[in-house]
Amino acid sequence: MKLVVIGNGMVGHKLLEELMAANHADLEITVLCEEPRPAYDRVHLSEFFNGKSAEQLSLAAPGFFEQPGLELRLNARAVGIDRARKQVLTAAGETLRYDKLVLATGSTPFVPTIPGNDRPACLVYRAIEDLEAMTDWGTRSKIGVVVGGGLLGLECAKALRDMGLQTHVVEFAPRLMAVQMDDGGGRMLQRKIEELGLTVHTQKSTLAIVDGEAARHRMQFADGSHLDTDMIVFSAGIRPRDELARQSELGVGERGGIRIDNFCRTRDRDVYAIGECALWGGKLYGLVAPGYEMARIVAAHLGALLQRTQAAPLPEFAGADMSTKLKLLGVDVASIGDAHGATPGSRTYQFSDERRQVYKKLVVSGDGKQLLGGVLVGDAAEYGTLLQMMLNGIALPEAPEFLILPSADGHARPGLGVDALPASAQICSCNNVSKGQLCEAVSAGARSIGALKTATKAGTSCGGCVPLATQIMKAEMKRQGLAVNNHLCEHFACSRQELYHLVRVERIRRFDELLARHGKGLGCDICKPAVASILASCWNEFVLQKEHASLQDSNDYFLANIQKDGTYSVVPRMAGGEVTPDGLIAVGQIARKYGLYTKITGGQRVDMFGARLEQLPSIWEELIAAGFESGHAYGKSVRTVKSCVGSTWCRYGVQDAVGTAIDLENRYKGLRSPHKLKFAVSGCTRECAEAQGKDVGVIATEKGWNLYVCGNGGMKPRHAELLAGDLDTPTLIAYIDRFLMFYIRTADRLQRTSVWRDNLEGGLEYLKDVIVRDSLGLAAELEAQMRLVVDTYECEWKKAVSDPQTRRRFRHFVNSDAADGNVAFVAERGQIRPATMEEKRDRSRRIPATVEAP
Amino acid sequence: MHDSAETRSWTAVCALDDIVPDTGVCALVDDAQVAVFRVGERDLYAIANVDPGAGAAVLARGLVGSLGERIVVASPITKQHFDLRTGECLEAPQHSVRVWQASLRDDGQVLVGTVPR
Repeated sequence: MKLVVIGNGMVGHKLLEELMAANHADLEITVLCEEPRPAYDRVHLSEFFNGKSAEQLSLAAPGFFEQPGLELRLNARAVGIDRARKQVLTAAGETLRYDKLVLATGSTPFVPTIPGNDRPACLVYRAIEDLEAMTDWGTRSKIGVVVGGGLLGLECAKALRDMGLQTHVVEFAPRLMAVQMDDGGGRMLQRKIEELGLTVHTQKSTLAIVDGEAARHRMQFADGSHLDTDMIVFSAGIRPRDELARQSELGVGERGGIRIDNFCRTRDRDVYAIGECALWGGKLYGLVAPGYEMARIVAAHLGALLQRTQAAPLPEFAGADMSTKLKLLGVDVASIGDAHGATPGSRTYQFSDERRQVYKKLVVSGDGKQLLGGVLVGDAAEYGTLLQMMLNGIALPEAPEFLILPSADGHARPGLGVDALPASAQICSCNNVSKGQLCEAVSAGARSIGALKTATKAGTSCGGCVPLATQIMKAEMKRQGLAVNNHLCEHFACSRQELYHLVRVERIRRFDELLARHGKGLGCDICKPAVASILASCWNEFVLQKEHASLQDSNDYFLANIQKDGTYSVVPRMAGGEVTPDGLIAVGQIARKYGLYTKITGGQRVDMFGARLEQLPSIWEELIAAGFESGHAYGKSVRTVKSCVGSTWCRYGVQDAVGTAIDLENRYKGLRSPHKLKFAVSGCTRECAEAQGKDVGVIATEKGWNLYVCGNGGMKPRHAELLAGDLDTPTLIAYIDRFLMFYIRTADRLQRTSVWRDNLEGGLEYLKDVIVRDSLGLAAELEAQMRLVVDTYECEWKKAVSDPQTRRRFRHFVNSDAADGNVAFVAERGQIRPATMEEKRDRSRRIPATVEAP
Repeated sequence: MHDSAETRSWTAVCALDDIVPDTGVCALVDDAQVAVFRVGERDLYAIANVDPGAGAAVLARGLVGSLGERIVVASPITKQHFDLRTGECLEAPQHSVRVWQASLRDDGQVLVGTVPR
């Protein structure tokens, strides 16, 4: 079968994924994509403004279009369909024959027919090229207007505001989000948005756009008023792209849209239409979830034709729920089902709190038994519960108003226990994941929200279902008797986070005290280092002082990294990767004197291997004399801050990357944390320091610094995400202080920031709320905790070599000065390496591990 | 000191104070590397220092703790646990190690039996 797919947007691409996953033998697909790049994530398009690249937004897995039987043509526009000959004509003049054709042409932004709408800096918000144009004009503008106060319009307004423009929203209807909101919700939303510094104009009809006086343009309104602005973005709705269908008489609706049946077929049995261009039951669906559903239906239909099977009934499109929940300009907004109470006989309940700026409404059936819809503004925590109640027809409690009223006087809010949901309940509508599938994934071993996302894809598109999916996971684990147990180990029946809290609140400074109050047994190699780390993060006492010494892993106990043969490696700190020639010479001389193997690390410093226990203090004495400090390579602590040379030397650099890297490294050196922490600072967007692969990445901009967090290289690479942009240096440091301390406070044992972030309920937005917007009111406390650690820093090695009691521990035998006879080296490429078992037996090849005569 | 069989079979390796509570040290006893542990104030244990899984002489540097009723040390390289009373390796019994007697003399010296138990 020759299949031609016109359009490679999100829905068109979903169809390809479904078809390719089915491994059909006799299927040749040609995809025509008029954009210069394959499908990307339009739902998260605004993240382009936060520094996400087109590649990062791409939906095509690497190698996807290299699969046999699949051909993608970029910059290829279909201009005609010859249904009689079953051919598609392209703008390049080519004809493509098809057996089956799928139109996934999407929609175009609707630009009202206003004289002047084609002036320069009058833009739309749809494709990556549009966003590039917005960024471009944004740098040359002071004032920006978005025409349209719907979902996309408000997202677009946020982008303008973030670019530093005075931002206006001009809406024709009497309220914002007129489709999803009622008057009360729209008003509350408007007030919240205006508090953020945006200006909202409702009931404004634009007559013309002409030359402005105070700015590039002037918008003239029907009520006689006007507004001067430098740029205008139209986001006043979308129109289905049905030109091809019109030309070839496939049947379109009066107000546009290609008519389809339940199998998404047009009136021509060989032509399907899916996504925003398709009209089903007189309705257009502008959300991604129904589009994905259509893609799955067409894939199943084509699959059945290819297999010639008549087995199971094929899935049919049956309309879709248009409920949505999102965060607009930091405001939680949700609309469920019949938000306007349009159902005859329906009743409503409303709750409005002007102080907290929360508005909630329920629409219930006339008999009060069923939930029909709702509106939530300012706090949408109940969205998941209400949506499931509506979708699954779960009987409402006696007094449904308590579903939205704040709980008071000990009245517990009637929750929807997730147990009440049927297994068929769809939890993730973007990826069509049911409760049953989530439970199966838990049975198959997914025990964290991160693992559940990987296994089922639930929560990976819009993320709205993550809290509900988490509840289901926990309930299922409990049901299966998998104790939902985050206990650290058998000695402490609580999580690391809880232990941290106990240590802080009860001001506990000793492991013994914590064990006596909250634990049992002697402790073990899990809880001892974890508690040692918590104590160090909180009180920052010397890790080797008597009370803490026995808690430390060998690496922390001897302040060096143990290697496979029981020798250690030594890493002096070279903040920012900067080292003087004299410093390098000193390191080289010490390495030569002690016969150590040297290697440059990925963190831009020198690692010296093969040091025996008893050599460590004298090696460090010499390093300290040469001006070096501990590099903490042995600790679960801040390791390095990698940097490029920055504006000091580089032609492209815009800020002093090395200077900032050194300042950051010196600030956070010695900080103990749940796991190691790696930083980097790049002096420009070329990103030579690879900061987006680090726990904390800082990238210079013309105006200051962009702060990225929770990246990782290693086993499971993860791109860091932009936490805040264009920061001055004091703000940068304040945010990093807060971020690190918040991580230290809440992470699990040995959980890197990347995994912590993947499991963080509320995701990046929540993290921004806590760190940038200080939603928990914790900022000052977190900064003060960091100040204590910074102010009490001491070089552990300086302390260790100057304390005779500590220094005595550095010997292999307590009763002899002999060296460990078990350690042996052989030569390789001019340096030592540990001898293998076989080489150890053949004593002739061994290199004596001795110190060079002074 | 009398030259009795009993005294000959013990070697004094260090003072009790030389071992930080809940840690170990390595002692050379008749050419063998013995890991000697002090648990709490006065309890002493001695097992072979070489971790057979790693082939490195490191057990004295492991973390001491309890698993259920057992008192164990975790190898700093393989993280396997060794029972300090029996030398048994909990995760891989084929890697179990020898055990020596250890005791505390009245003058505060730590004694290790010269012959493995």
